[in-house]
Amino acid sequence: MRALVLFILPVGLFAADDSFLLRGATVHTMAGTEIENGSVLVRAGKIVGVGKNLAAPKDTKVIDGKGLHVYPGMIDAATEVGLVEVNSIRETADTTEIGRFNPQLVALTAVNPSSEHIAVTRANGITTVASLPQGQLIAGQVSLIHLDGWTTEEMGVSPKVALHLRMPVVRVGGGPTPREEPPASGAPSSDTFTGAKQNFEKQMAELNEFFETARRYQQAKEARAPGFQVDLKLEAMIPVLEQKEPILVTAIREREIRDALAFADKQKVKIILCDAPEAYKVTKEIKEHDVPVILGPTLALPLHEDDPYDRAYTTPADLQKAGIRFAIGTFSGTANLSSRNLPFQAAQAVAFGLPHEEALKAITKNAAEIWGVGDRIGTIEEGKWADLLVTDGDPLEAKTQIRLLFIKGKPVDLDNRQKELYEKYRNR
Amino acid sequence: MKSGVIATLICAGLALGADAPVLIQNATILTVTNGTVKGSILLENGKIAAIGERLTAPAGATVIDGSGKYVMPGIIDCHSHIMADAINEGSVAVSSMVQMSDVLDPEDIAIYRALAGGVTTANILHGSANPIGGQTLVMKMRWGKNAEEMKFEGAMPGIKFALGENPKRRGNAAPGAVVNPAALRYPATRMGVEDVIREAFTEAKAYKASWDEYQAKTARGELAIPPARNLKLEPLVEVLEGKRLVHAHCYRQDEILMLLHVADEFGFKIRTLQHALEAYKLAPEILAHGAGVSTFADWWAYKMEAEDAIPYNAAILARRGVVVSLNSDDPELMRHLDKEAAKTMKYGGLSETEALSLVTINPAKQLLIDKRVGSLEVGKDADVLLYDGHPLSNLSKVVKVWIDGHEYFDRGRDIEERTKKETEKKALQQKAGAGSHEEESDEGDE
Repeated sequence: MRALVLFILPVGLFAADDSFLLRGATVHTMAGTEIENGSVLVRAGKIVGVGKNLAAPKDTKVIDGKGLHVYPGMIDAATEVGLVEVNSIRETADTTEIGRFNPQLVALTAVNPSSEHIAVTRANGITTVASLPQGQLIAGQVSLIHLDGWTTEEMGVSPKVALHLRMPVVRVGGGPTPREEPPASGAPSSDTFTGAKQNFEKQMAELNEFFETARRYQQAKEARAPGFQVDLKLEAMIPVLEQKEPILVTAIREREIRDALAFADKQKVKIILCDAPEAYKVTKEIKEHDVPVILGPTLALPLHEDDPYDRAYTTPADLQKAGIRFAIGTFSGTANLSSRNLPFQAAQAVAFGLPHEEALKAITKNAAEIWGVGDRIGTIEEGKWADLLVTDGDPLEAKTQIRLLFIKGKPVDLDNRQKELYEKYRNR
Repeated sequence: MKSGVIATLICAGLALGADAPVLIQNATILTVTNGTVKGSILLENGKIAAIGERLTAPAGATVIDGSGKYVMPGIIDCHSHIMADAINEGSVAVSSMVQMSDVLDPEDIAIYRALAGGVTTANILHGSANPIGGQTLVMKMRWGKNAEEMKFEGAMPGIKFALGENPKRRGNAAPGAVVNPAALRYPATRMGVEDVIREAFTEAKAYKASWDEYQAKTARGELAIPPARNLKLEPLVEVLEGKRLVHAHCYRQDEILMLLHVADEFGFKIRTLQHALEAYKLAPEILAHGAGVSTFADWWAYKMEAEDAIPYNAAILARRGVVVSLNSDDPELMRHLDKEAAKTMKYGGLSETEALSLVTINPAKQLLIDKRVGSLEVGKDADVLLYDGHPLSNLSKVVKVWIDGHEYFDRGRDIEERTKKETEKKALQQKAGAGSHEEESDEGDE
């Protein structure tokens, strides 16, 4: 038995799929350095060396990166990838469960590893996404997934990174959501402001009551109270109450953002703001609370008719100037935008004032840190997983080609059904 | 009174022609049709007056230093619904009697936003609720003008057709819904969609024949009674006579082929296949018919018929000789059609000029306005964009837009005016917030 292990070990270490030396490329580490003619040494899926002139250990595959650029794999900090295949076909969507309090649900459970969106998204250099369950109030738990793997287990970077809460809104008028109202995923509406305000207050009261109930449950459990019975919903709240798991709070307008900050104070929970197109109005408070933000798409219309035309384009730069930690996600309550276009969302922010390096961080390092996995992904540093993107240029530019992609050091197939159809029909 | 009106008209005329010539110097000029020129471009009397390495500024010209900047023709969006107060007349399967020109709102903020994204001309279409939809028209984004003044003078009008899921929708009850069958509108299938089009053109042919007969009789000096006018069929007769362009919303290759066959059978042309996400499967047939394709760069998966959409669609068709454009169909996408064009370099390897053509000269060709717009050529309308970097770079943006040589957008001015507008807004809010009876009484009885 021991002999067998010894025999196999060298193969596993040196000739395996997830070990190689990539050299001669410009390495954009996103950790403060850019190494011209640099090398990245990967062993067993992890980065074990970054620098100039690294020597290839014996039997290690060498990849020539001359003229190419290496970046950490991009991270889409908010998507529905894996949870929905065709938007208009209900049967293909697993985003939204019945009920308003579903903390026990976990997105990863419903991720379809065979979804074509996975192959299509990673073909543009995105290696990790956060997939969000959707709904009114507490929708479920967000999962951080690698866009590669035979099974959901293999894909899961972190199955439970946050609870997704959609902040209650004051919604006046039924029917289609009025232009200046946030999309409310079925939130109750009223024809009058008074009615809408009452709906809102009722929801806030229910939300607070749910947290209070969870806290009582937590106390009863700790005290081993007689007659204590397990409740899966409340059980799922414990890590949140213990501040071990944050709440991702979707908050659209200024008032919902302020409500979210007040709610976090009141319930003593950690939050991450999500979408938050009006975060620019609340920068001081967000900064004071040290709350990170996962901004929705930059390529978005202004919320209000009298907003400047570039309102959404400049928000990332505004947050950066205010010293707020932020990442960018492609999902917004208003539309299921294409996750593969993540780098172009970041690029638009550069055109309107965000430093280039900061834009790249918003879709790599910052996203990883906000999601609590900064020790594993997001930069090219020793000890991290080798989630690497190799390109012929700046990944923020549409014309740039993705040459190679690695997830945990394994080369990932950049092919997908769209490329197959292209090959099949291009010369018909 | 009359002379006053005339004086006003003259003044207006002068004001219209009063734009000082504009000379942009030291810029990289992407003409789209005649390569790249490092030098100057002169806009005068609403037209492009000259392009060259060195041009002298005429008297009174505004001279702009274009160092490090790029100039390209205004973007043309071949599929938009902005400024339309209504989009779908979906109560009937053939709504050719309604026209978009009746519902245009020149104050739609989407016009200004599109302008800021470089769009100077847009094809304003009826929706896709019916196999044969309403009448369409081409507009220039002359922000601040009224709807009449924004119309693209002399551009051939069009009509919207629609195939596939959308026109079927009213023929099918929503899953689980209890619907009175009488409330359903024919068609409910792609078979029915074909039938509706064929029936309509059968009627239109008979209607045309009745008019032809009437005109022949009158020409011979015979006494004849004119046929009753039919406002539904008149635009279809114009289609048969080649006086109205057909813009057909479609997705799957089978329905596209069906439409091409029906059009061939009745002897008319499909000018553009709109969306046409599976057009790449049908390049030879589309080329043979002579239809153009106006598509998305990479939209997919939003509905079943968009399942086989590929971002290589435009590139495949362009390589096969089909005139292809990229459109928006959306007020947000409309603001970055330049960046959409850049995606065809990634997906399918189009050159910079080919990519730019997709949003400039190609849509101009599709709309038969390419003698006026779509490229930077002497004599063409001065519909011109100035960028702070290469238009196909995702890191660049539009800084100035001219239409007919008139500056309609300037980023610097836009930013300057923000403080003023903010102050104005605050004052208005204060006034409204005060809500006193005195203020109301100030406004009088109007």
